[in-house]
Amino acid sequence: MSAPDRRPILLAGGRVLDPSQQLDLAVGDVLLVDGKIQHAGERIARPDDAEIVDCAGLVVSPGFVDVHCHLREPGREDVETIATAARAAVAGGFTAVCAMPNTDPVTDNQAAVGFIISQAKRAAAARVYPIGAITLGQKGEALAEFGEMVGAGAVAVSDDGKPVVSAQMMRTALEYARTFGIPVADHCEDPTLAHGGAMNEGAMSMKLGLKGIPAEAEEIMAIRDILLARRTGGHVHLCHMSTKGSVELIRWGKERNINVTAEVCPHHLSLTEDAVDGYDTNAKMNPPLRTPEDVEALQQAVRDGTIDVVATDHAPHHYDEKEREFADAPNGIVGLETALAVLVTWLVEPGILTYAQLVDKMACAPARIFNLPGGTLRRGSVADVTVFDPTRAWTVDPRGFHSKGRNSPYAGRTLRGRTVCTVVDGRVVYREAAEATRA
Amino acid sequence: MTGATRLGKDLLALEPLSPEQIRLILDTAEPFREISERAIKKVPTLRGQTVVNLFFEASTRTRISFEFAEKRMSADTVSIAASGSSVAKGETLVDTARNLEAMRIDMVVVRHGSSGAAQFLAERIESNVINAGDGTHEHPTQGLLDLLTLRHRFGSLEGRRVCIVGDVLHSRVARSNIWGLKKLGAQVGVCGPRSLLPNAIDELGVEVFDRVEAAIEWAEALNVLRLQLERMQAGYIPSLREYNRVFGVTRERLERAPGDMLILHPGPMNRGVEIDSDVADGPHSVILDQVTNGVAVRMAVLYLLAGGRPELAEAAKSAGKGRGGDA
Repeated sequence: MSAPDRRPILLAGGRVLDPSQQLDLAVGDVLLVDGKIQHAGERIARPDDAEIVDCAGLVVSPGFVDVHCHLREPGREDVETIATAARAAVAGGFTAVCAMPNTDPVTDNQAAVGFIISQAKRAAAARVYPIGAITLGQKGEALAEFGEMVGAGAVAVSDDGKPVVSAQMMRTALEYARTFGIPVADHCEDPTLAHGGAMNEGAMSMKLGLKGIPAEAEEIMAIRDILLARRTGGHVHLCHMSTKGSVELIRWGKERNINVTAEVCPHHLSLTEDAVDGYDTNAKMNPPLRTPEDVEALQQAVRDGTIDVVATDHAPHHYDEKEREFADAPNGIVGLETALAVLVTWLVEPGILTYAQLVDKMACAPARIFNLPGGTLRRGSVADVTVFDPTRAWTVDPRGFHSKGRNSPYAGRTLRGRTVCTVVDGRVVYREAAEATRA
Repeated sequence: MTGATRLGKDLLALEPLSPEQIRLILDTAEPFREISERAIKKVPTLRGQTVVNLFFEASTRTRISFEFAEKRMSADTVSIAASGSSVAKGETLVDTARNLEAMRIDMVVVRHGSSGAAQFLAERIESNVINAGDGTHEHPTQGLLDLLTLRHRFGSLEGRRVCIVGDVLHSRVARSNIWGLKKLGAQVGVCGPRSLLPNAIDELGVEVFDRVEAAIEWAEALNVLRLQLERMQAGYIPSLREYNRVFGVTRERLERAPGDMLILHPGPMNRGVEIDSDVADGPHSVILDQVTNGVAVRMAVLYLLAGGRPELAEAAKSAGKGRGGDA
């Protein structure tokens, strides 16, 4: 991603917030030179040749890193491409995203990993890190070639979209992944309990006459994975946690120093199963939206560190795929362009999280636990930076998304918090003012 | 379609209806019962109205009941039986909706295997939509005919004890019954193996009986649900034989009921499984009354959605003897 014509960039006069080094300056400067952070701290003299970005009233933080999103390419380029997703990412303040392998064909070999990386380079927006499949074709039968995929640029393995049903396969994956120092990210779902389910099992599913997915479908797999991580010493990363019980199990594991990390999605931190009432397919996702008690437990788990990161599980679908009977509609919502605002609106403004915690969950921790560049403003680090306005109110209009996906349960809602400028590798790849002009 | 009714545009479920709206339908159904008793069972109330019966799921009883109701009110009707789901058919439900709309029909009666399908249609077309059963959600006209049947026998449902016996988990009839009965002041019980009861059933404020003997001791009416035989293969119960032995409504069990007991069944019945023949055909049974009331309730719903006012139901009845009617 080097470019000889890059001018230095001075992000001037913003609140400089970098939890990776306990840095929180009410007013400071960040200077980016040759794709690296050269300075992040007190105000400095303006370099002669630098491009100045006025950040007064804005937060300047490490670029957000999404460890879980679905880019749909290859296979469903009508729904999303790596290029459109990468542009959506930077519009949402994400400088890097990790692409889940459930594409068609599945990303289960080094050539597929290389294809994603080459497409991402052409897109020249967010960094895209492929996640390889755990098993060939995500069939749960034979391990994919972790070593080859890591060599080609994969940063983790996962069969996300599907659980690893076999405990023995999961054990082997955790053991084998240790060789390469990568996390094994698991979609925790017991398929026998979840079979046919379309939403959370409870009073709402009973009222709507929809088959429910019980919380235990997730929790049984979560504790299995934690126990296998204890047995193997491998790093298990639990994807999109959605229940209070899962939080308690993760806490149990961490108290015993088991190598487990976990993520939660903005929608599970903000919405309950009530959003499904009326059969709104934009509220259909897997794991499903749960109860207020679950949402509160997840919020507290983000706050106290039991859950390490917030990830979007960005899952675009074509509008007509969602325009059908609820049980037949696909799971998933888009999330890259609303994640920041959802967290500000539902967690920071009510006082559950500080901005420092928000930045840690969206930038520092995901880079750290997936061993990725970025997630920090330390001198010499990659110049991946997000500038956001923490107070800006805006109404979500999916028609304006950079993603091809329009399936958002937040459509029409007024949220607070908006990305203003995103810098990747020392280059401004998104600037809100320019977007406004373009529009 | 002109004129807002007190029911709104559609009848999709009993859960959102007020007790007054439910009583309105039942009160309107009363005079329509009489029309079915006449030599010429026809009134011109819906003359010029087009009704499409759109059945994506197999149904005999409900479809015929609706067709009778429509024809007795002089509507022009078309019945479409679409096998399987809309997806299997190759056309999406939204495309179906658009086509119906383009044909300028007035009402759609829809039966569909997916919960929420009736609402899905209703939100996308101007025509009135009547839910004739959607997945495991609701079957509101069945619930209404059950209410009408019970009301005839009890006079009022206030404080009466009605127990639904059987596969509540997969039953749209059970949901409509629970909502409707509770709104009219009845006490509701459910009885069945826990594997066929929704986990959150307690949250609906119903009594839960693990043994049918206890349910019979408590209730004044049993609404016996069809055991969906395919569920047995899914492992919800060990065998039909055991189900009959533990949960079957038998004459021996009914004989131990403290008072008179009404027996309802939405049909079709599995005789010898959830209900024994001597119960289904016995003196406690009001199963055939349910069928008769079904036509009247559906006439009432069609009439009210078409813009009819309840006081005009009587007028419709007398008009049928001469000319005219209200539409």
